[in-house]
Amino acid sequence: MNFSEVFKLSGLLCKFSPDGKYLASCVQYRLVVRDVNTLQIVQLYTCLDQIQHIEWSADSLFILCAMYKRGLVQVWSLEQPEWHCKIDEGSAGLVASCWSPDGRHILNTTEFHLRITVWSLCTKSVSYIKYPKACLQGTTFTRDGRYMALAERRDCKDYVSIFVCSDWQLLRHFDTDTQDLTGIEWAPNGCVLAVWDTCLEYKILLYSLDGRLLSAYSAYEWSLGIKSVAWSPSSQFLAVGSYDGKVRILNHVTWKMITEFEHPAAINNPKIVVYKEAEKSPQLGLGCLSFPPPRAGAGPLPTSESKYEIASVPVSLQTLKPVTDRANPKIGVGMLAFSPDSYFLATRNDNVPNAVWVWDIQKLRLFAVLEQLSPVRAFQWDPQQPRLAICTGGSRVYLWSPAGCLSVQVPGEGDFAVLSLCWHLSGDSMALLSKDHFCLCFLETEAAVGTACRQLSGHT
Amino acid sequence: MGDWMTVTDPENKTLSQHTSETKMSPSSLYSQQVLCSSIPLSKNVHSFFSAFCTEDNIEQSISYLDQELTTFGFPSLYEESKGKETKRELNIIAVLNCMNELLVLQRKNLLAQENVETQNLKLGSDMDHLQSCYSKLKEQLETSRREMIGLQERDRQLQCKNRNLHQLLKNEKDEVQKLQNIIASRATQYNHDMKRKEREYNKLKERLHQLVMNKKDKKIAMDILNYVGRADGKRGSWRTGKTEARNEDEMYKILLNDYEYRQKQILMENAELKKVLQQMKKEMISLLSPQKKKPRERVDDSTGTVISDVEEDAGELSRESIWDLSCETVREQLTNSIRKQWRILKSHVEKLDNQVSKVHLEGFNDEDVISRQDHEQETEKLELEIQQCKEMIKTQQQLLQQQLATACDDDTTSLLRDCYLLEEKERLKEEWSLFKEQKKNFERERRSFTEAAIRLGLERKAFEEERASWLKQQFLNMTTFDHQNSENVKLFSAFSGSSDQDNLTVHSRQPQKKPHSTSNGSPVCMSKLTKSLPASPSTSDFCQTRSCVSEHSSVNVLNITPEDIKPNQVGGECTNQKWSVASRPGSQEGCYSGCSLTYTNSHVEKDDLP
Repeated sequence: MNFSEVFKLSGLLCKFSPDGKYLASCVQYRLVVRDVNTLQIVQLYTCLDQIQHIEWSADSLFILCAMYKRGLVQVWSLEQPEWHCKIDEGSAGLVASCWSPDGRHILNTTEFHLRITVWSLCTKSVSYIKYPKACLQGTTFTRDGRYMALAERRDCKDYVSIFVCSDWQLLRHFDTDTQDLTGIEWAPNGCVLAVWDTCLEYKILLYSLDGRLLSAYSAYEWSLGIKSVAWSPSSQFLAVGSYDGKVRILNHVTWKMITEFEHPAAINNPKIVVYKEAEKSPQLGLGCLSFPPPRAGAGPLPTSESKYEIASVPVSLQTLKPVTDRANPKIGVGMLAFSPDSYFLATRNDNVPNAVWVWDIQKLRLFAVLEQLSPVRAFQWDPQQPRLAICTGGSRVYLWSPAGCLSVQVPGEGDFAVLSLCWHLSGDSMALLSKDHFCLCFLETEAAVGTACRQLSGHT
Repeated sequence: MGDWMTVTDPENKTLSQHTSETKMSPSSLYSQQVLCSSIPLSKNVHSFFSAFCTEDNIEQSISYLDQELTTFGFPSLYEESKGKETKRELNIIAVLNCMNELLVLQRKNLLAQENVETQNLKLGSDMDHLQSCYSKLKEQLETSRREMIGLQERDRQLQCKNRNLHQLLKNEKDEVQKLQNIIASRATQYNHDMKRKEREYNKLKERLHQLVMNKKDKKIAMDILNYVGRADGKRGSWRTGKTEARNEDEMYKILLNDYEYRQKQILMENAELKKVLQQMKKEMISLLSPQKKKPRERVDDSTGTVISDVEEDAGELSRESIWDLSCETVREQLTNSIRKQWRILKSHVEKLDNQVSKVHLEGFNDEDVISRQDHEQETEKLELEIQQCKEMIKTQQQLLQQQLATACDDDTTSLLRDCYLLEEKERLKEEWSLFKEQKKNFERERRSFTEAAIRLGLERKAFEEERASWLKQQFLNMTTFDHQNSENVKLFSAFSGSSDQDNLTVHSRQPQKKPHSTSNGSPVCMSKLTKSLPASPSTSDFCQTRSCVSEHSSVNVLNITPEDIKPNQVGGECTNQKWSVASRPGSQEGCYSGCSLTYTNSHVEKDDLP
């Protein structure tokens, strides 16, 4: 495993281009585009203000940089550096900006969710979509980019509009049986839309592309409901994480629950491997040699070394006592992610913030549990294989695969607190982001990684 | 508890006092009585001895004592006087006897008293014991009562608690209900407020939108260098009804594609499953068919047929075209056959399981159990051994016989012969002694018989004489007898003619007024007859006895040849013997046969004896 040198970054704005060739990162008002392989700067753009949001177009030709404070969006072309485009939302303000899947339209949401403005880069046309709902996830595009579903609110009722992205024609418009719609999400196959209600009520509705209600599911009443939803890449399963600390898996045939994954604080089943991160004082020549710093001798030795230990069951995990008199209590399953092959599901229960549960979807049971020393900030699956990268806001990045677990110290001057990470398309590298810096982590070929994993698991 | 104690204590005291009194009273009374009775008595005695009798009043005292004693049933102290006026004299012996008896009585009384006292003591102690038991039990009762009350109290408290808890539960339930209602009402209120706010918000938004839009904000604009081409290279098309329809088409196409894809997947899955089923079936058939062939009797006929038609099915299904058939047609066939197959397999596996478990059980029950094969081997071995042993015995026998057949040595043969002779002699001797003994027995019997015969003859003779005398007397008294008697006389005359048959007829003709006299009775009768021969009313009796005799004699006649009887009759002494024989009518025949046997034996003996 190799690490690139550390580059400057602001606002955690660092993104790989969808074709995997380039890496865009922001430093204040500058947008830097690098070649992924050489890390040489390919282009450097200067925006009018501090960039708050960047997004690659689907064809990797354009990058939009949103400056919400000024209500501005600037678009840059990678092919034509001299080409420029500036969209000003004026007094309407701007709270969100995104590309349409075709990469030729930009959807800007104005302040107070007054409307969504659709700007075309091909023609001078501007479209407005009224009554967008101010919610967590109000717009969603199908994977093939043909359709967009939009949550709307009119006359105190929730609606969903389905647009054809090619000409922004309204295809379907239907009201949903929800109190206060919170999120919508297309299934990866683009034929089923999951709609879930506010956390006050456990309700998830499934609509067909043509607006038919396929099914509605509710696990319980009265208590706080759905917190997170994730489709499996195969569109076979819909995982619903809720405030009761359970993940319910619905199937795509009957849309009924197949199984329920509880997240108990105590693990008694001896079949489940519990990896526990343990910190220990460094032993010279052991941890460092396997991960030599890129700049020889420059990086100081890490103050401490962490490794995984296989805890013997029964294991009781550290739990947070949730504060019940505050809104948005830290309980329930807040993070859900299927592995790209749909074989595994990684979850985090928010009142056990240090642990990541990995579930075996084939056998529908718990597979492994990783308990970190500090709360898990983010995790992301390798797009190519069942390999999970986890960061906890410390100077380490953690990798899990069915073969084992490893923790890697990020070399560099000072403490590189990894707050977020994103995988490269190929799964060969990932970007590790801290508050002010980012670096790339190159993973060796699969075989090498496999052996490393094995060695490490054997070591622990 | 303290209260109870204070309450009970006096009671106990009084009770114990009372009981002690009651306990004491009988014994004390008794003792008092005893004392009263004994001490004054002794005193009296003393005073009596000191004052009662003096030299002056000896006479009075003696008379007084005599009176007293006689009233108590003792014999008088005075000698029995012959004359009334004579002065009675003191009978020293009587006095002494009286004294002795009195002493004895005294001792007895003392003993009795002692016994009574000990008994009294025993009873007293028993009483005490019972008393203590009683008090203990009372205490126990009290404590248990107290306990019961305590428990009742507890029970009551618990019930109270339970009631309270029930009440609480009910309250809680009510509370829950109330809270739920509150939540619901609040939720509706909240929703209502939300809606109101949202409406206001929407109004504001609308207003803002109008403001923003109407202002003709110059700033809202896109500053672009040049428009870029569409990603697909096409030009944007106008939005028309046509495009709408196209979009619809497209959407349905997508949906259709999705469904087709899913159907294809399901078909594939189905095919896969069918394949698996097919394979499973084949394997099952292959697994089950050899078993069917081998132990034909083990597999039932039904299963056999199932297998056979399953095989037919398999033959049908093995054709490739089966996959092209729709599910409905194949499904039933396949599932049914599989089900059948599965049932067979299941039963088979269960059977095997049972066997295995049985074996396991046996194995666990005793370790040194012998397997069937071993057992068979063992038995075979044993049989072989038996065979060998038999052969050996046979050869030994043969050898022995050969040895016996061929005269080995003269000495040995002579010795052997001697041995045999000796043995024979011994045996003969034994037989001889046995024989002798038998002979002796027979001799004895013969003697006894001859004696009996002699006796019989004698008796007969006596009887004849008696009869003669009786007849004579009858003849003498003929004149006084009536007509009936004359008939009797006639009969008797006939009897005297010594024809036994006639006698029998007489006997049958005569009315049987009395039962047959017993053997014991008959001699008495005879003696009576002999004694009181002159008495007339006993004639009938006599007749009967005589008939009895005649009967026995007839029996005698029947069994024994007349020649045998004749000498007896001649002897005239065999009557006695006859009576004794008559006493055991059942054993007559055996006796006589034994007689005849003795005779024959004696004859044989005579022959044998040189």
